Amino acid sequence: MAYFQTEHLTKNFGGLIAVNDLSFQVEQGQIFGLIGPNGSGKTTVFNLITGYYPQTSGTMRFKGSTIDGLPTWKVCKLGIGRTFQVVKPLRRMTVLENVMTSAFNRRQSMQAAREKALEVLEFCELSKKLDYPAKGLTIGDRKRLEIARALATEPELILLDETMAGLTPQEQREGVELIRRVRDTGKTIIIVEHIMHVIMNLCDRILCINYGQEIALGTPAEVANNQAVIEAYLGKE
Amino acid sequence: MRINRWVLLGIVLFFLAFPVLVPSDYYRHIFIIALMWVLIGSSWNLLAGFTGQVSFGHAIFFGTGAYTAGLCVTKLGISAWWGILLGGPVSTLVGLFIGWVCFRLRGPYFALATIAVGEIFRLVAIDWRSFTEGMEGILIIQTFRSKLPYYYLGVALAALCMFAIHRVVYSKWGYYFVAIREDQDAAESMGISAFRYKSLSLMISSFFTGLAGAFYMNYMAFIDPHVVFNLHDISIMAILVGIIGGVGTIWGPPVGAFIMVFLQETFRSSFFGLFPRWVSESHVLAFGLLVIFVIRYLANGVIGDWPKIRRLWTREKAYS
Repeated sequence: MAYFQTEHLTKNFGGLIAVNDLSFQVEQGQIFGLIGPNGSGKTTVFNLITGYYPQTSGTMRFKGSTIDGLPTWKVCKLGIGRTFQVVKPLRRMTVLENVMTSAFNRRQSMQAAREKALEVLEFCELSKKLDYPAKGLTIGDRKRLEIARALATEPELILLDETMAGLTPQEQREGVELIRRVRDTGKTIIIVEHIMHVIMNLCDRILCINYGQEIALGTPAEVANNQAVIEAYLGKE
Repeated sequence: MRINRWVLLGIVLFFLAFPVLVPSDYYRHIFIIALMWVLIGSSWNLLAGFTGQVSFGHAIFFGTGAYTAGLCVTKLGISAWWGILLGGPVSTLVGLFIGWVCFRLRGPYFALATIAVGEIFRLVAIDWRSFTEGMEGILIIQTFRSKLPYYYLGVALAALCMFAIHRVVYSKWGYYFVAIREDQDAAESMGISAFRYKSLSLMISSFFTGLAGAFYMNYMAFIDPHVVFNLHDISIMAILVGIIGGVGTIWGPPVGAFIMVFLQETFRSSFFGLFPRWVSESHVLAFGLLVIFVIRYLANGVIGDWPKIRRLWTREKAYS
C-alpha cells in the first residue's frame, strides 16, 4: 500500500475533462514532482486532493484510508498541507498571526501556537518580519509565508503549488534549499513547478501530464528524455 | 488595540460613579440606552468586523430576546427578569438556525439573506397575534421606578459582553474568525471549518444581542414588532455603531454606541430645544452625512483611525 495514491482520478468541468484517469503513487519521504504545460490540470489535481471540489470518479488514499469527499479542513486535519499558486496571505494579519492561525490546527493555547509559529518562521527564515502585515510582503516573502503556513499545520504530506514562480534566481536557490530542508524533516512533498532546473534538482520521481492525462512517469532523467514530454512542451518537429 | 490597564480602571470607575455625579434621570436614561447599544454594536462587530459576515438582520436577535422576556410574562406568567437568563440562549438557538440556512451564502449574498430573514421575523411577529399579541405589543409593569438598578445592570451586562468579546478575540477562535474574514479558502486549507466557526461567531453575537433585547423589555416595559424587529432603528443602527466606532476593533463599537445614541438624542430633542421641532425629523439625514464623513475621512472608524485623529490634534497644537 502506497503512502499516498490516486486511482483513475477523473474530473470533468461540464464538457472539459481537466483530469483524466490519473493514477499515481507517492512513497513516504519522497519529493514527487507534477509537471505539465499550462492548463494541463496540475492545480486541479491539488484541488481534488484537498477537497475544494469533488472528483467525477476515481479514488484517493492517504495512509491506507480514503480521503474522497472530505471537506478541505478535514483533509488538513488528517495531515495534508498545501500552498496556493496565487498566494493567499491573510492580508490584514501580521506574518506571525498568519502562521499562528495555522499552528492552532494542532495546538490549542495561544502560547503553544505562538511557539510553533516562531519555530516555523525561524525555519523558513522569516523571523525578521514577524510583525510585518502580510499585505506588505514582497512576492518572495509571500511564497515563503505560504510554505510557513502550510508547515505550521504540522502536516505529513505537503502540496506545493508553484512556490518558485516569479522569484529571482537567487530566491529560487534559497527556495530549493528550503524545500530540501522540509524533506529532511521527514515530510513527504508533492510539488507542482514549471521551472525545470528546480524540479530536476529536487524530485525523486516525476509525473508529467498533458490535457489531464499521464504522458510520462519516472525519474527526472527518464522524464527529461521522454519524447512525449519534449513534444508536449516544445511541439513536434 | 490593546488598552492600558489604568485607562480601563478609569473607564470602569467613571461608569460606576456617573449616576452619583449626575443625579439626572434624563442623562441616566441616555446612558442606559447607550450601554444597551454597546452590547448590540459589539455583537454585530464580532460577526461582521472580525469574522467578515456582514449582518443586516441583528434586529432578529434583539427582537427575539425582547419577545422572550415579554412572553415570559404573557404566556408563562413569570417575571420578565427570566428573560435576562433566557433571552440570550433563545436568540443563540435562532442564530444557530439562521447560520445553518444563510452560511451557505458568501459575502453580499449572506447580507441580503439576513435582511430577508429579518423582515420575515418582523412580519411573523405582527401577524401571529395569538402568540405575540401582534401590533398591540406587550406591556409589562416596570419592577423599579428608579433608573439606578437598570443603569447598574446595563453597566454589568456591557462589561460582561466586552470581557467575553475580548477573551474570544485574543484566543484561537479570534484568530480563526479573522482568518475567515481575510480569505475563507485559505482558512479552510489551514484546517479551519469555515461553517463551524462562522456559526460560533454568530452564536456569540446573537447571544449578547438577545440579552440586550431582554434588557430592553425589562427597562422600557413595552415592545411591539415595529420597535424591536425594526430594520433601520435596530439592524442598520447596529451597523452604524460599528462603522462609526471602528469595524474590527474591540473598543470601536462601545465608542460608536455612545456617539450614535447622543447624536440621536440631540436630534430627537431638536438640539435640546434650541432649534425648531422640524430639526428632530432630520436625524436620519444627519446619520447619513456622518457616515459619509466617516467613510471618507476615517474609514476605520474613530477607534481604528485613532492614531490619525491624535496626529491631527498634536500637529495643530505644534503650530499654535
